Amino acid sequence: MLKWLITGTWSQLRTMGLVFMHSFRKRETVNYPDEEVYLPPRYRGRIILTRDPDGEERCVACNLCAVACPVDCISLQKGEQEDGRWYPEFFRINFSRCIYCGMCEEACPTSAIQLTPDFEMSEYRRQELVYEKEDLLINGPGKDHDYHFYKVAGMAIGGKDKGRAQNEQEPKDVKTLLP
Amino acid sequence: MEWLTPQWQANLLAMGQALVILLGAVLLGAVLTVIERRLLGLWQDRYGPNRVGPFGSLQLVADMIKIFFKEDWIPPFADRTLFVLSPAIAMASLLLSFIIIPITPGWGIADLHIGLLFFFAMAGINVYAVLFGGWASGNKYALIGAMRASAQTLSYEVFMGLALMGVVAITGSFNMREIVNAQADLWFIVPQFFGFCTFLIAGIAVTHRHPFDQPEAEQELADGYHVEYSSMKFGMFFIGEYVGMVLVSALIVTLFFGGWHGPWLPPVVWFALKTGFFLIFFILLRGSLPRPRYDRVMSFGWKVCLPLTLVNLLVTGAVVLLVPG
Repeated sequence: MLKWLITGTWSQLRTMGLVFMHSFRKRETVNYPDEEVYLPPRYRGRIILTRDPDGEERCVACNLCAVACPVDCISLQKGEQEDGRWYPEFFRINFSRCIYCGMCEEACPTSAIQLTPDFEMSEYRRQELVYEKEDLLINGPGKDHDYHFYKVAGMAIGGKDKGRAQNEQEPKDVKTLLP
Repeated sequence: MEWLTPQWQANLLAMGQALVILLGAVLLGAVLTVIERRLLGLWQDRYGPNRVGPFGSLQLVADMIKIFFKEDWIPPFADRTLFVLSPAIAMASLLLSFIIIPITPGWGIADLHIGLLFFFAMAGINVYAVLFGGWASGNKYALIGAMRASAQTLSYEVFMGLALMGVVAITGSFNMREIVNAQADLWFIVPQFFGFCTFLIAGIAVTHRHPFDQPEAEQELADGYHVEYSSMKFGMFFIGEYVGMVLVSALIVTLFFGGWHGPWLPPVVWFALKTGFFLIFFILLRGSLPRPRYDRVMSFGWKVCLPLTLVNLLVTGAVVLLVPG
């Protein structure tokens, strides 16, 4: 009984001492708006649409990102330019739904859609979290500087016929048997 | 100005002192709500409220504005009279206890010769605040909290009184000033160490502070007896708790730590320093100890503290009788 009382009291006092020693520890809180937060370089934040090195939109409106998106926050409509390039007529991301998982970036075959480390996107009205194509498009190539989809893809567009792409052979003439 | 006789001057001075001390107690209680959050933050490696004003010093103002402008809602199933009465009792009974505390040789509200007994009476009345509050709310959690609170407070008040009887026996008086003066050479913490320990525990239990906050027990009872209270009625319970903390700290200082006695510094500074030490101690206690189970609280009170105070009182009585002078 006495031993129980003494060890119990000692344990309580020791606890209090240990907690008190926390006065001299560094605080874990980051005073966020005043201090900057460290973000890892690959942090996934706000989504952007990039352009190829020629300054044209990279997005070919294939809809893979919209399919990959687990919360269905991407919506777009395919359009076709006169030279045959595909482009999104509208491209809309609802950031009040987006969970920044990066699936769209993984799905994108043309490196058009990319995630940036920016996370400061708060708005007072929810409607303002729906970003249109003008809000998403940036003026540069983003992460994949040299990639130019139409220069490596087999699709024929104005000024580039079949077989003119990099590492692409001339199209086979299937009507002949000659090698 | 012929009406300003010396008698009137003394009266006015006493009234002024009373006003200053009571207002000071309430303000200190209010400021403690913020200090507690800052200190708990410090001990949990975070900041606590630091956005309003320099170092969060204006947080109190923000809290006050918020709590005053909240809807003051009385549930339709509540017993209105008791519901309104109980926060007033909670605040008033604790504030009234301040009148017995001598702060410096010249400062203090009343010099009652039953001093300590008055505090016990007020602590007894304070139970009604919790009991009424829990009963009048018409809420089962509030009722459970109130039941716990009254059972806990009653059992701890039993030995709270007995714990102080040693001090009274040595001094031979209930008067707080005489108790303080008797400690000019030796603080009562030394001869009455067990009395101090048990009174400290009882004081925490009577003010329902951590780790004896069974009646409030957020996790189990959703705030216990004041679950139905809102706005300033809740505020009065809340500030009342902190006023109780100040009261118990001041009592510990006057009864066991020599009140205003101390070298070099003026009496009021010594009193404030000692009281502040115990206030911080109370907060540290909250920051470090978990809440024990309810039946353990009760059995600890009856099986450990009560026998301890009885033995302490017996030994003190024997020493007072046997040692002459």
